[in-house]
Amino acid sequence: MNADFAGLVQALRPEAHLVIGALLILAIDMVWARHRPANRHHVALALGLISLLMAGYAAATGGTRGAVYGGIFLLDPLSVATRTGVILLAVLALPLLPDSRRLRHPAEFTAILLFATTGFTLMAAANNLLVAFLALELASLSLYVLAGFDKTSPASAEAGLKYFLFGGMAAAFLLFGFSLLYGLTSTLRLDLIAAQLAQQGPTPLLFVALVMVLVAFGFKAAAAPFHLWAPDVYEGAPAPAAALIASASKLAGLVLFTRLLWGGLDSAVGTVAHGPITVGWAPVVALIAGASLLLGNIGALAQSNVRRLLAYSAIAHAGALLLGVIAAGRTGVGPLFYYAATYGLATVGAFGVIGALESAGRVQQLTDLAGLYKRSPLLAGCLAIFVLSLAGIPPLAGFFGKFAVFTSVLQLGGLSGPVGWLVILAIALSAVALYYYLLILKQALVATPAENTPPVRVTLPAAIALLVAAGLIVALGLWPSAVLGLF
Amino acid sequence: MNALPCTIYVSFTGALLALVLGSRSAMAARVVALLTALTAWGITLAAATSFVPMAGLQELVNVPWIPEFGIHYHLAVDGISLTLLVLTGLAATAGILFSWNITERTGEFFALYLALIGGVYGVFLSADAFVLFVFYEIAIVPKYFLIAKWGSTNREYGAMKLVLYSFAGSALVLAGLLWAYAAGHATGFGFTELVAATGRLDLTSQTGILALVFLGFATLAGMFPMHTWAPTGHVAAPTGASMLLAGVVMKLGAYGCLRVALPLSPAAFVLLQPWIAWLAIIGIIYAGFVALVQDDFKFVIGYSSVSHMGFVLLGLAAANPVAVSGAVLQMFSHGVIAGLLFAVVGRMVYERTHTRQLADLRALPLHRLLPFAAVVFVLAGLASMGLPGFSGFPAELTILIGTWQARPLWALAAAAGVLIAAAFTLRVIAVAFFSRTGPEREVPVAPAASHPLAPITWPEKVGALLLLGATIYLGLSPDTLLDWIRPALQSPAFHAILSGGAS
Amino acid sequence: MNPSCLLTLLIFTPWAGALLLFVLRRWLPVGLSRTLPVVFSLSTLILGLVALGRFDPAVTGLQLTENQPWIRALNVHYHLGLDGLSLVLVLLTGIISPLALFGTTRSIRCPAIHGALFLLLQGSALGVFLALDFFPWFVFWELSLVPAFFLIKLWGGPGAARAAYQFVIYTIGGSAFLLLGFAALYANAGTFDFIQLADLARSGALAAKLGGGFWPQAIFLGVLLGLAVKVPLFPFHAWLPPAYAEAPTGTSMFLTGVMSKMGAYGFLRILWPIFPAPLHAAAGPLLWLALGGVVFSAFAALKQTDLKRMVAYSSVNHLSYCLLALFAVAASGPSNPAATTSALSGTILQLFNHGLSAAALFFCVGVLESRAGGLRGLGDFGGVRTAAPVFAGLCGIALFSSLGLPGLNGFVGEFLIFRGVFGLAPWAAAIATLGLLATALFLLTFWQRVFHGPAAGAGVNFRDLDATEIVTLVPFVALMFVLGIFPQLLAGLINPLVTTWAATLP
Repeated sequence: MNADFAGLVQALRPEAHLVIGALLILAIDMVWARHRPANRHHVALALGLISLLMAGYAAATGGTRGAVYGGIFLLDPLSVATRTGVILLAVLALPLLPDSRRLRHPAEFTAILLFATTGFTLMAAANNLLVAFLALELASLSLYVLAGFDKTSPASAEAGLKYFLFGGMAAAFLLFGFSLLYGLTSTLRLDLIAAQLAQQGPTPLLFVALVMVLVAFGFKAAAAPFHLWAPDVYEGAPAPAAALIASASKLAGLVLFTRLLWGGLDSAVGTVAHGPITVGWAPVVALIAGASLLLGNIGALAQSNVRRLLAYSAIAHAGALLLGVIAAGRTGVGPLFYYAATYGLATVGAFGVIGALESAGRVQQLTDLAGLYKRSPLLAGCLAIFVLSLAGIPPLAGFFGKFAVFTSVLQLGGLSGPVGWLVILAIALSAVALYYYLLILKQALVATPAENTPPVRVTLPAAIALLVAAGLIVALGLWPSAVLGLF
Repeated sequence: MNALPCTIYVSFTGALLALVLGSRSAMAARVVALLTALTAWGITLAAATSFVPMAGLQELVNVPWIPEFGIHYHLAVDGISLTLLVLTGLAATAGILFSWNITERTGEFFALYLALIGGVYGVFLSADAFVLFVFYEIAIVPKYFLIAKWGSTNREYGAMKLVLYSFAGSALVLAGLLWAYAAGHATGFGFTELVAATGRLDLTSQTGILALVFLGFATLAGMFPMHTWAPTGHVAAPTGASMLLAGVVMKLGAYGCLRVALPLSPAAFVLLQPWIAWLAIIGIIYAGFVALVQDDFKFVIGYSSVSHMGFVLLGLAAANPVAVSGAVLQMFSHGVIAGLLFAVVGRMVYERTHTRQLADLRALPLHRLLPFAAVVFVLAGLASMGLPGFSGFPAELTILIGTWQARPLWALAAAAGVLIAAAFTLRVIAVAFFSRTGPEREVPVAPAASHPLAPITWPEKVGALLLLGATIYLGLSPDTLLDWIRPALQSPAFHAILSGGAS
Repeated sequence: MNPSCLLTLLIFTPWAGALLLFVLRRWLPVGLSRTLPVVFSLSTLILGLVALGRFDPAVTGLQLTENQPWIRALNVHYHLGLDGLSLVLVLLTGIISPLALFGTTRSIRCPAIHGALFLLLQGSALGVFLALDFFPWFVFWELSLVPAFFLIKLWGGPGAARAAYQFVIYTIGGSAFLLLGFAALYANAGTFDFIQLADLARSGALAAKLGGGFWPQAIFLGVLLGLAVKVPLFPFHAWLPPAYAEAPTGTSMFLTGVMSKMGAYGFLRILWPIFPAPLHAAAGPLLWLALGGVVFSAFAALKQTDLKRMVAYSSVNHLSYCLLALFAVAASGPSNPAATTSALSGTILQLFNHGLSAAALFFCVGVLESRAGGLRGLGDFGGVRTAAPVFAGLCGIALFSSLGLPGLNGFVGEFLIFRGVFGLAPWAAAIATLGLLATALFLLTFWQRVFHGPAAGAGVNFRDLDATEIVTLVPFVALMFVLGIFPQLLAGLINPLVTTWAATLP
């Protein structure tokens, strides 16, 4: 093993910023801010933002170094972009911190959020099975806590518990799958695993490992049939937690598993882009993708709770993202990353609006959004941009994300294989999706507000976060090459 | 000519301005909107006067946009686009004049309206399929809000139906274009590159691609049986929006069929041609019969739009230069006429009498209460019937000539459509405006009939005169537009389809 | 006056008057709004007489032509021209229109609008008679329907709405197929011009271009249908009796006097020159249809109790004679030039003379109706002759002219037609005499029941004609006598033309 500790420290500067920042926040809060309840919230927020920004700067300017410390980490363009993206999403999610009335431990919340972000950045760079698992667990455990953080709401506790149970189960599958892989190849490094498996050829044990890994993947991506946790968690978790779960966790998870499947297991990929179909993980992923598309879109039609609707739409988007994973190995990861990142932006934004609204009362039903254009034009305008991006309306980024992913999938083999037809299905279902997205906007922009609804005051950090997210969505939609050109 | 892309930018800027100013003063928003529309229209007219008809597209802007996919921000114009650009300007100006009386959230209304117009200008100017698609979809969202917030009958349902059908149509187009791009290994999304890519595929794939793309665009054009959104949506929409939707936005679909779908695969087109023609014919005749039995005045106009668009699609299906030039002429003509009809029904009649039911209007001597509206509607109705002297006649004549050259039986069916159009238009003129005529009638005069209705305002008069002038001018001098359209059809892009399509 | 725009002036002067009246309707005093339409309407007569002065009957081609390119993309020309046939019809229009306006305008409400619509109608009819390219011809043909619709609907009787609607729909129905036929002709021949198409047909090139099979026949049928509805040819005549009966008097006069001639003119100017062979092939069945029209309409008139409907059916009857002659000529070909000439000149004369007599009759019925407060049944009158001898005299002359009494104008046309048809298709002539018989019966019934016998119903204290009514009827009656005794005044205009037609039959 190459003991390049200097390189390791350089590579992990963002993680260092985040961890030190988290510890600092806890310390300062315990020592000083606890005695000033009015400022606790602001102190935690400020410190959290500073540490995130420094970490983000470090990640963006770190540059690609290739394998680090003997191949435990891999800093290629994808990981650099993902680390930066994840941190950016966390920056946008953090200002949504509920105020002191609803959140009694802002420092702990911020610190755990930073730990979760650390987990994400490690996931993005992991090139080693064990590190990958550790990073995944770090992130997941943090997210479980964050989901159940709102002690005033039984739904939050339920969300946290459900997330933990499902997540724990998925982690167990993943570990078992990883141990099988180690057993098959005697190495933990992904590139060496790939070489070994290519030599060995497919074995039944490999397929068992594949299934295990795919179960965990499905859970992380909230894809059917592993999606059952998503509606409840999205409904119950506090807004910034839900935002993070829906955006950064998905992005990091997708990148990790893409690297795993294409970087480590690409010999077992199978064919699904043109007939005849051969066995491998790609057909399974395609199946999961199809199921998610159908279930997510159709399930969303029946929802009257806006958070659950966003959850089902997340499942639908997961389906499309999984198609992007199938194409990523052959046509490049650019489209997948773009879609996942901009989807993350839009989701953070959508939950951000919900979070900002919650300062004036619960936001659960669609009708709670009624008359938003009157109560807060800023929130209404931003919500319009986020929802339309999710719906895939140009010139917003969500449209181009879908376009890029669909094109790259079709470039695999046109319509001669099932995955091409899945793209057609996805395109058709996007018309269905527009219906439920327009329902949200109908409430927010067309319906008149109910009588004596309290006015909405949006805090400055939240407003800035929302505007930045909206601006990014518009800008990236008009100039996608800014992101695509990175790969 | 090079100022043409400014129509897009001016419209979007005007939209933003109207939004901002509208929160302060409704009149400011109106003035901004009118000035924006006039400026954009003025640009198109200026381009028209200096236009030299040529066979191919004349470049305006061509810069790389997303090199990873070979997408260029490519705008160009030819005689066909110019015709439709001028129509957009005219319809937009008239629509804003007829929306002068909107008082609720005026700024937002005009912002959405101008955004819609900007998107439409963009579609007509696009020379890259991706750009066309982007502008096409940009136009979808304002449609929803215009109808859902400011509309009338069944507006939320009508808005959702209209938007979902439009989006579904565009989804089909996207599917087809992506298929062609990916499977045919196209180098970019320009029209010629996509045609080349499609040509590399086998006939089954080509037929599938053409079917998807044509069907997608034809949905927006109101082709049977995907037309049901049009009457519901247009009736639900506020007057200015109906004028634009029926007058111009439906033409987006027909334009897409002509510009994008038709040249894609001449071989596949030969296979699909009879289907398209017969669906168009069924649309003409079926929608005409449905219009004949409607009780709501606006529904008659809504179904008549579907019937007239059937003529356009039939002309495109016949696929020879005469028929297609007639189709484009009909696009312009119907755009103006539909605008007129919706203006009279929605703005002049409904907003004063608060009813559109023919049974109620029958009890009012509208020709005495609203003489200007009566005259305008009579003229608009005559134009809609295809009476010579108005723009519909040369358009329908040219389509009949071209269709006869393709298949005489289709022309026969189309002629029947002309007759049905006359029947339902005449019925609605007679019942709505001229039912209480003569010295004595058996039915007693309703009390409302003796109250004078609000006079016709000057924006309505100007708008009506603009549109009437356009239809009469074109009826007597269609050469103005045909001189632009016919050379454009000689471009190499259309060559294969227009010579191969005719029998 | 520049001779080359006389025809344009003919057509557009009434339209200019219509525009003037429409624009100034609110500011015109009532008297002026009643007289201005008559003045503009008279322009047609004056300009028509000028044209008559310039016209040379010996030249059988088109004279006073105007030919400008109009729509290059469709090879459409603004082509006007005059020959004997059109001149006769222009003069007829010039006589009937001002008299119809003058005689009825004083009882019309909103006279400015009524006058404007009437002038619009008049100009359109003139356009039909003078246009020689399908596009402008069709413009005028269809545009004439609009003022007719409104005239019937807004000033007509109780059933006017339905009658007007039916009238327009029937006619547009026919003209939709007429339009299709010409679109098809253009698609194959590349021109809309009647003269050029006739030349192509004569040289056989048109048949070659159209090819064989079903569709060229379909084109012919389309054009035939469009024209047949207008004449009307049995059985496409159902629109006519209600429309003529419900229309106000002045409009009925114009409809029967001028508009009905548009259809027959179309047969002579368009159908026969461009489709000689198909017409020859179809002439047999068409002859039977014309006969049906002659006989059935005459017997239908016999059964009417409404005087206006009776005169309407008699119009169908008289126009069917014209078609009878034409189809007989087409059926028999060039075998008998003398008979052909006779039939053709009889047709044209009958067009003119029927126009006069029918218009006069409608006016008389209008007088009866206005005196009786809206009643116009056969049984509502009696013994009018004693109370109103002048009226009885003038109306009687009109009745007998319609009957075809020798010495009056109606005889000449009918005689020539029968002579021609008897030479070409004797059996048809024989059957047609049944129609003559029935016509005589119902006209004499009219004469007897209304004017003779004891004074009854509205015939009691029937006020005789006043000055306006006399001034309206006298020109009709005078012409009836003059043309009855000196038919060559009219025949001289058309004889060379007709002879040429007969000689150039395929």
